[in-house]
Amino acid sequence: MGSYDYPRYDYVRPEALNANAPERHPVVIVGAGPVGLSAAADFALRGVETVVLDDDDTVSLGSRAICWSKRTLEIFDRLGAGERMLDTGVLWKLGRIFHGEDELYNFDMLPEPGHRMPAFVNLQQYYTEEYLVDRVNELGRTEIRWKNKVIGVSMLEDGGAKLEVETPDGRYMIEADYVLAADGVRSEIRRQMGLDFKGKVFEDRFLIADIQMKADFPSERWFWFEPPFHKGQSVLLHRQADNVFRVDFQLPSSVDPDEEKKPENVIPRLKAMFGPEVAFDLEWVSVYTFTCRRMERFRHGPVFFVGDSAHVVSPFGARGGNGGVQDTDNLVWKMCLVMQGAAPDRLLDTYDDERLPATDENLLNSTRSTDFLTPKSQASLDFRQAVLALAKRHDFARRLVNSGRLSLPHTYVDTPLSTPDVDGFSGTMQPGSPAADAPVAFDGKAGWLLNALDGDFTLMVFADAVGREIVASLAGGSPSVRTLLVSTQSGELEDGRVVVDVDGLARERYDAEPGTVYLIRPDQHVAARWRQIDLNKLQAALSRATATGAASTARHAVGG
Amino acid sequence: MELKTDPNIERPDDFYEALIEAHLGLSDEESRQLNARLILLLANQIGDLEVLRAAIKEAREGL
Repeated sequence: MGSYDYPRYDYVRPEALNANAPERHPVVIVGAGPVGLSAAADFALRGVETVVLDDDDTVSLGSRAICWSKRTLEIFDRLGAGERMLDTGVLWKLGRIFHGEDELYNFDMLPEPGHRMPAFVNLQQYYTEEYLVDRVNELGRTEIRWKNKVIGVSMLEDGGAKLEVETPDGRYMIEADYVLAADGVRSEIRRQMGLDFKGKVFEDRFLIADIQMKADFPSERWFWFEPPFHKGQSVLLHRQADNVFRVDFQLPSSVDPDEEKKPENVIPRLKAMFGPEVAFDLEWVSVYTFTCRRMERFRHGPVFFVGDSAHVVSPFGARGGNGGVQDTDNLVWKMCLVMQGAAPDRLLDTYDDERLPATDENLLNSTRSTDFLTPKSQASLDFRQAVLALAKRHDFARRLVNSGRLSLPHTYVDTPLSTPDVDGFSGTMQPGSPAADAPVAFDGKAGWLLNALDGDFTLMVFADAVGREIVASLAGGSPSVRTLLVSTQSGELEDGRVVVDVDGLARERYDAEPGTVYLIRPDQHVAARWRQIDLNKLQAALSRATATGAASTARHAVGG
Repeated sequence: MELKTDPNIERPDDFYEALIEAHLGLSDEESRQLNARLILLLANQIGDLEVLRAAIKEAREGL
């Protein structure tokens, strides 16, 4: 029934149930949501086998995270799952803002041309998970154990962690050098470790419903402030794949959410909203409370919290699922380098250095949207009324209307891994920024610059040629650095790759002149850049980007 | 830019009169709305966030 057939993944009785001693793995990932699965795919691409434990045997029930931002799509694309998401997902460009009976204004999110990925697509979380499961299985280095629920965690003296796992056939123990806790907002691992999850819990609740329209309906985002069919509240309508729409109704704090969830209460609201002539099927209903919380630190010894287990934000900013996938994008390459012995353990501490500020940026944006959507004081309500009244006629006031801000990637501004600029650069990119995409030609075929940055450290050289000995020495180093020549003409490069900057957009976006070089991290963020290549500076920047150097190698204490 | 606190309003009495007159005949709620809109319009005119922050801080003085 419904627009989507939920896959059932086979539970297999784990061999560990028969074993006398616990099995040991380099990495165990807890949770097969978008975040845990992204991590598993990334590890697999880097040649690392992992075990994923999930307490269920299917994908997300209901649409949940639906807006996947450009940066996340680029990550999915690096993981080899971007194409399917782009194909199934829905692109929308037109947004309409209503106040009461009136449309205040509409806006066209005209995308900047010359990027592989749009600003975002809408795709139900169940599709995202299904495609990631398929991709992980295709890569073949991950053992996903369905219906394996983690019920206990303890630290080992050798620095690893031990998990107790419950299955339909009994319990077993599993040990790991590293554990990724991708087990969601109600993380059992976080609870077991007694770790704080601090922040604001708002009184505001939203009722969310997935409905399938029986007839065509426009691909637009509609947001209502105080609509006639839902007095004094806010309502959001978003289109997803399969003609499924997501409707979010703000609920006054006085109502009983369990009562509101009942179809006999939800359907009349929807009928009032769309009018009696619009036919639809109700597929899923849920109620959520606005919260903005995060852990004080995401690393606790061998245990790394990623996604909702580490931080949770209010919706309307597309920062939950996106933030979580971006966590793993940051963490996995670091963990792989440490496991290979190419970087010290303290590289893993920079997961906190980089993702805590990113999380705070998400929390800030989300809190601001929440304050606009649900004013907490008379003054706040007055100003919102004034903004909405002025927005009808004045563009400046439209900039103040906050029904959720587009999720933009975080720039790691203060990271210890970046080398500050010594040469002059203009434009918006800086060390710590995600690398910008651009159309390029590769082997005579049209392609994208980001697809050439596929998981290694890469030295992008804006030139038509580069010394062979430089390329070879970079390729043979530890970690290995791939050279990417961004050229005006096609060519070949031993141990490296050549792309042609067909429209000059790469040069423009990187403010490049002939000879400019960028050192790009495995997660496609900029580590360093110069106006000309200098191997000593490059080596120093690489040491910095891998936290390899003289500083202390103390690990964070476990727990506390 | 710094927040101007030295006299800068042309014909201050005319301005003050216009401000008070604008509220004539309005309910308290409408008056609050007028003030809020006015603040937003003037804030856009100023534009500079540092000046706006300084003005907000100055306005809160003693409250």
